[in-house]
Amino acid sequence: MNARPVAGVPILRLGNVLVTGLLDELDDKAALAFTDELTQRITAEDASGVLIDISRLEIIDSFVARTLMELTTMARLLGARVIVAGMLPPVAITLVELGLHLEGVETALNAERGMALLGWQQNRQLPEGAPSAALH
Amino acid sequence: MLRSTDPSASFDTAPRPDPRPGEPHSYPVRTEEDLLAARHAVRAATLALGFGIVDQTRIVTAASELVRNAYIHGGGGTLTLTLLERPGARGLRLVISDDGPGIHDVQQALTDGYTTGAGLGHGLGGARRLMDDFGIDSAPGRGTTVTATRWTTP
Repeated sequence: MNARPVAGVPILRLGNVLVTGLLDELDDKAALAFTDELTQRITAEDASGVLIDISRLEIIDSFVARTLMELTTMARLLGARVIVAGMLPPVAITLVELGLHLEGVETALNAERGMALLGWQQNRQLPEGAPSAALH
Repeated sequence: MLRSTDPSASFDTAPRPDPRPGEPHSYPVRTEEDLLAARHAVRAATLALGFGIVDQTRIVTAASELVRNAYIHGGGGTLTLTLLERPGARGLRLVISDDGPGIHDVQQALTDGYTTGAGLGHGLGGARRLMDDFGIDSAPGRGTTVTATRWTTP
């Protein structure tokens, strides 16, 4: 029963920030594998920040909340700052009603603002060859 | 095993509940894959009943807490979905039952922060807040059955 890759989500490096995300199909094994890989990558790649995009998470139950809080704490102990970005509004409403406030977890409205918190500035200059309509 | 546990198969072919009221559909809660399949079934039922996005999220989250409880603390169990109808509203009833050790003190188990496992201790009390009607039938050695209903708002 292991058709799924060990950790289904890619972890990309942009400078000293690791960029990744969580998907709805997170189970215990996947969460453990993701935690292992992320902490190893923080150390191996000397990362000072981690952006976790959760805009694809349709629900956050206490299991996913615990995973996010533990990831944040582990990363902080290693010296990296975690920003959790892109929570859907119904998820925020439900989390509060559930009594989960994600204490200690820094959040941002979207990935772009999260990256700004981690020291990345948006560059309005177009890459060469990009259609000019992309600015609008 | 009542159903295939191949996740790639269960997502696309998960049985969609018939939106007609009164016919319960049951789903096993025995494996991690079953937890996901159960969530998908609950989501499909909330869509069929016309719940808004926030209510959908509340109900699926509550279902996720309850089936995970049955899986972890009850050693597995069954989720039964029933679509309900009353004048001016439709409802979804979740019944989650397991044959596990049961809950010694139901009131204590509903208290925020109380946990016997690796969770955050908000599962049961939190799920109750997310639903309109909520009941627990449990005693040591007799397993646990949680019944939770949410109604559409006109």
